[in-house]
Amino acid sequence: MKAQEHSQENWDLVIRSKTHWLSLNLRELWRYRDLLMLLVKRDYKASFKQTILGPIWFFIQPLLTSSVYAVIFGRIANISTDGNPRLLFYMAGVIMWNYFSTCLTATSATFVTNANIFGKVYFPRLIMPFSVVISNLLRFSVQFLFFFGVLIYYMRMPEYTVHLTWAVALTPIFLLIMALLGLSMGLIVSSLTTKYRDLAHLVGFGVQLMMYATPVVYPASFLEGKWKTMLELNPMTAVIEGFRFAFMGSGAFNPVSLFYSIGVTLVLLFISIILFNKVEKGFMDTV
Amino acid sequence: MSKSVLIAEDVSKMYRLGLVSTKSLAHDINRWWHVVRGKEDPYRLVGEANDRSAKGESEYVWALRDINFSIYEGEAVGIIGRNGAGKSTMLKLLSQVTQPTTGTIKVRGRIASLLEVGTGFHPELTGRENIFLNGAILGMRKREIQRKLDEIIAFSGVERYIDTPVKRYSSGMYVRLAFAVAAHLESEILIVDEVLAVGDAEFQKKCLGKMGEVSKGQGRTVLFVSHNMYAIKSLCSRAIYMQNGTLKNDGNASLIVDQYLSGYDSMDTARAYQNTLSDKAVYLEKAVCQNAVGLEKYMFTADEPIRVVFTIKKKTPVRGVFLHFVLKNYEEVAILETDSREGGYPEIDTDLEGDFTSVIEIPSRILRSGRYHISVGIRSEQHDPAQIESLAAFMSFDVLADKSPRDARRNSILSTILDWKDAGRVEA
Repeated sequence: MKAQEHSQENWDLVIRSKTHWLSLNLRELWRYRDLLMLLVKRDYKASFKQTILGPIWFFIQPLLTSSVYAVIFGRIANISTDGNPRLLFYMAGVIMWNYFSTCLTATSATFVTNANIFGKVYFPRLIMPFSVVISNLLRFSVQFLFFFGVLIYYMRMPEYTVHLTWAVALTPIFLLIMALLGLSMGLIVSSLTTKYRDLAHLVGFGVQLMMYATPVVYPASFLEGKWKTMLELNPMTAVIEGFRFAFMGSGAFNPVSLFYSIGVTLVLLFISIILFNKVEKGFMDTV
Repeated sequence: MSKSVLIAEDVSKMYRLGLVSTKSLAHDINRWWHVVRGKEDPYRLVGEANDRSAKGESEYVWALRDINFSIYEGEAVGIIGRNGAGKSTMLKLLSQVTQPTTGTIKVRGRIASLLEVGTGFHPELTGRENIFLNGAILGMRKREIQRKLDEIIAFSGVERYIDTPVKRYSSGMYVRLAFAVAAHLESEILIVDEVLAVGDAEFQKKCLGKMGEVSKGQGRTVLFVSHNMYAIKSLCSRAIYMQNGTLKNDGNASLIVDQYLSGYDSMDTARAYQNTLSDKAVYLEKAVCQNAVGLEKYMFTADEPIRVVFTIKKKTPVRGVFLHFVLKNYEEVAILETDSREGGYPEIDTDLEGDFTSVIEIPSRILRSGRYHISVGIRSEQHDPAQIESLAAFMSFDVLADKSPRDARRNSILSTILDWKDAGRVEA
């Protein structure tokens, strides 16, 4: 009997105490793609159950936020908007930043919020953060359409010089950078907070503070000298400036800084996947 | 001989007790420092056997220690053991929810594990939407669920509510739907943890039937953890008996179950019922089991009478008070129900106040070996729930397997010795 057992060494699954540090099982991830789509559907449906306005809430939030910014930063603080209509300028910043920040904060809580499900059933854990990124992309798309409507309105007004540029073609790249940057930063935080939750406290206000280090409520041209250099170290700067350049024709868009953002994103993504892989197998014991 | 589909080799799992704090951080750093230098984890050496009731020296316990077994294709295996024996930890390792500290588990085929019914159900979604979501979480493809949808809905018996959000469901309906999804998983190995404890009797029967069909009819492998020994005996051909994180025995389900039930020898302590905190006027203060000479004990031989002594406290004169006594066997089948009115009208029934004792004696040689549960309630003819602590004690005692082979061979619920009379030879 022993000999027979040794002869049949074609196991489908081997569970061990240690896994290889880079054992990302993409095939398994692909097998669970239906789950990914169902989770996205769940998020979408569940967020508007028992509301009358439904998806209209997607518009209201950026509209109100940009209006408030337009009053505080535009009218009161009188910060330049590079000659753009204030509402449009802030709305571009707000919808972009929102996408990034919700990706980051939601994925950073992956293990804690899903501990219940993760503790009872196995599926590739990465599915959960991926579903967050995709559901938020859906929300972003709706907000983007709204933004586009506002954009067309201003484009028809002669007193503004709002116009589209060739960089519109780069929109998917901007989105991808934001999604992956938010995802990987969130994954890093979630991997580091399974046992010691200290870092989770940083995320909430950290994201808030990071917004001020990104040209969301002011244009990059507002800063000069060493401040400008520091601003350019932020990988989100190129994305938001690039987006404004693409759709409003303003701002200083620099392809080099876009490559810098891509580089930072890839490095962070690599680190985050290694970290996530390392903790996902055993996090249930410590979370 | 059929081939093995699951092999566990030297599987161990260590847990640290207590809180996550700066002390655990210090341990983590120390551990990391050992690993960096290529040394063995220092805390593995101080790990102790997992005995939940005994106070230990170390913060580290082995929830599982060097477990080895193989499961063959088409087997239905029950995993039994007391609370904290490591059954659920074992299932968690098999379901990949967490990983072993040492050792390897090899699996052939797909594992579907059901550690809980309704994992990932979203209260806002309808029953139908949740079938898809839950199915996908358990590893089904959307097409697969689509194909089985009608079957799942029919099995659950909640057709009428299928397009209503599950938050409006009764808890029974919720469980029905959830089990229906899980029961239709197409996997080679099915792992089920004590999920049948919920739902009504009819549904439990249906679930057991479905599991039997899965293992016997479809030839799939089933691993089943339960405290319901009847279910283990009827569903499983083989049982694994775990104790304090080690594998105590492995073999024929009936034999192992009997061994488990008679193996309570280390538990003959602290099973008395005591309640001194009740704010009701009438309540059960104490209940103990005794032998014929008044010695408190909870392990009896078949030749001993079992005496149960109740102390009832009456703070105000309430009339018509009596005790209601139910004796259940390990399969939770009530085998005896009686109330104290059968003993005439004792003093407890009068309007006197104070402490009253009431004794019931189960004669020797009535019960067969096994574990028994007593539930006692105080009732009153002039029903007044504000005054009476109605649900009172829940205790258990064991009747040990008889040394004579006769008891062990009896398959009946009772093993009462009856008075057979030899009527002599009938003359033609």
